Amino acid sequence: MPKELWKGNEAIAEAAVRAGLEAYFGYPITPQTEILEYLSRRMPELGRAFVQAESELGAINMVYGAACTGVRVMSTSSSPGVSLMMEGLSYIAGTEIPAVLVNVMRGGPGLGNIAPAQSDYNQAVRGGGHGDYPRIVLAPASIQEAIDLMGLSFDLAEKYRMIAMMILDGSVGQMMEPAEMPEMMEVKRKDFDWATNGAMNRERRLLTSIYLNPLDEEKTNLRMLKRWKEVQTNEVRYKEYFLDDAKYVVIGFGTAGRVALSAVREARAQGIKVGLLRPITVSPFPYEALEQLIPQAEAFLVTEMNMGQMLDDVLLTVRGRVPVEFYGRPGGVVPFHNEILDEIQRLVSGPLAVQTDPRESWLTRMTA
Amino acid sequence: MATPNNLVYERPEAFTDMPTHYCPGCTHGVAHRLVAEVLEEMDLIHKTIGVAPVGCSVFAYNYFDTDFVEAPHGRAPAMATGVKRVLPDRVVFTYQGDGDLASIGMGEIVHAAARGENITVIFINNANFGMTGGQMAPTTLPGMKTTSSASGRDVETQGYPIKVSEMISTLDGVGYCVRRSLHDPKNIRLAKKAIRTAFETQVRGLGFSMVELLSTCPTNWGMTPVDSLKFVDEHMIPAYPLGDYKISDAIKQIKI
Amino acid sequence: MAAKGWIEVSDTYCKGCELCISACPQEVMELDMSHLTPKGYHPAHTFKDGCTGCAICAVVCPDAAITVYREITKRPATVAV
Repeated sequence: MPKELWKGNEAIAEAAVRAGLEAYFGYPITPQTEILEYLSRRMPELGRAFVQAESELGAINMVYGAACTGVRVMSTSSSPGVSLMMEGLSYIAGTEIPAVLVNVMRGGPGLGNIAPAQSDYNQAVRGGGHGDYPRIVLAPASIQEAIDLMGLSFDLAEKYRMIAMMILDGSVGQMMEPAEMPEMMEVKRKDFDWATNGAMNRERRLLTSIYLNPLDEEKTNLRMLKRWKEVQTNEVRYKEYFLDDAKYVVIGFGTAGRVALSAVREARAQGIKVGLLRPITVSPFPYEALEQLIPQAEAFLVTEMNMGQMLDDVLLTVRGRVPVEFYGRPGGVVPFHNEILDEIQRLVSGPLAVQTDPRESWLTRMTA
Repeated sequence: MATPNNLVYERPEAFTDMPTHYCPGCTHGVAHRLVAEVLEEMDLIHKTIGVAPVGCSVFAYNYFDTDFVEAPHGRAPAMATGVKRVLPDRVVFTYQGDGDLASIGMGEIVHAAARGENITVIFINNANFGMTGGQMAPTTLPGMKTTSSASGRDVETQGYPIKVSEMISTLDGVGYCVRRSLHDPKNIRLAKKAIRTAFETQVRGLGFSMVELLSTCPTNWGMTPVDSLKFVDEHMIPAYPLGDYKISDAIKQIKI
Repeated sequence: MAAKGWIEVSDTYCKGCELCISACPQEVMELDMSHLTPKGYHPAHTFKDGCTGCAICAVVCPDAAITVYREITKRPATVAV
């Protein structure tokens, strides 16, 4: 299909429709409301389910109900709304059914603001809801990537009976870019052998997250972990830029990664051997790709629109073998590429030491 | 000799073989049985998806021979909405206690009713949180002693009971909303008829249907099962009058 | 002449709550103190003649533990409960 000019949030909505979205439940919250508005028109015209719920609690539990029947279902929200959804997400995870959630992140904590941020990385990647559960988290850096990952989210959620979450900051949701939509997929209800859709000519089915016997819950936890190992083996996705001969490696996801790419290009033009690793799946995190870079890297620079959340995953991988520096803009501030370029130049001019917590020196520089 | 011809009553087929975990004499079991009988009579067992709550009836899914899902505390009407919206030709019901429906789940129930979701809600009002050991519920009577209102519910500090049927019946999306009691054979028969009408409402697509059932909690009330029935008659019914709070004109035409 | 009926109380389900006993219009039911169910309850039973098969015990039973029969006199009785 030809490229068209799409607004991020609307592109996400249409991409979900084309991937076979049969039911959408949501609640208005900036900066993702256009997804809800778009689908309030689009879903009924296709004869598909749309409900503006009474709250994010209502929305995620409608998702939970529809997901139990085996259809492609999603909700979308932004940071404070996603916090409310954490209860439902934990139940969906515990029931081992597929569901898709999009978080168009804004500055926080609390009510925060409505500006673009990446402050929910930990909430998305580490869990957020109660209990032990893995989840797939995808982080697009452009509208085209958001469109492509939308369809993938449904495929992965179904394949692994798991939550697939897409996290993007408000700028990807709000900006417009040329992008290509996939063809409309025919909605085919899959006859999953776990779906509670009415016990017609079969044994009844039960979907629940309750395992009163701790040994059964433990077995469930281990089953989920085993499935997660498959995800880690098969589904890690990332993009590499200028890494072949790079001595300095910038790591950033989503918009922070995209801004970093501009900085890396400019640094290359100045002759600096710097490259960029941009994780697309932040869960599973591309630990192995990062590990491969350690022998060639003189230093890493982690750049995020938060106070250093993915930073922990990088530190876990690098484990003090190479200096890791951090540059973040939390609170809804989007870094300019020249800020990251300055950081790259600081890396090059050295000297750098391995630090226990790179946030400390960053904080000193930020508050100087 | 027992032959099918002289059989007057037997355990409904819509039940599984599992004995319930309810305390002896708890009328949750009666409510379950009535729902099972109605599903069987209407031949709905194979097209029904039940939504279990959190509370004493958290294990409701073990007892009905239908598909079942288990909702987070209070969220059953939202979950039922999700199921029903994608499977409009199936029958979806929630079974919720007063802690689940009237406390933590008040938002979900009110909005499901306001949207006129074509689902059936069986609401058990036994004036306390049974499963956690008898704490005060929104439905606890003024002066009633519970483990969290040890000297009796003081309305000055702990508020007044919520009359759920009266409130829900004010919403335009509601087709059928009645309160019945399970404290004697006559009222149990009326309760069953109401449950039947509620499911008929759903099958005919006539809007949201809810049956509130005054129920007992002998263990947490500290009474024998028989005395508990008397408590319902003497104390619960005056506070929660039985009656038809809303029956739309179309539903009035239904002949059972 | 009053109809003659009889009941079977399931050991699996009966919890000895006595609701059937207080509801029985013929007052022919009591707990069987000589018998324990596998769960340790004294189950309900009829201790004397007089059961009419009215099924009120089954109507109030919270555990669907009671099956009710009635002797056929003229035509098969199917009583909706």
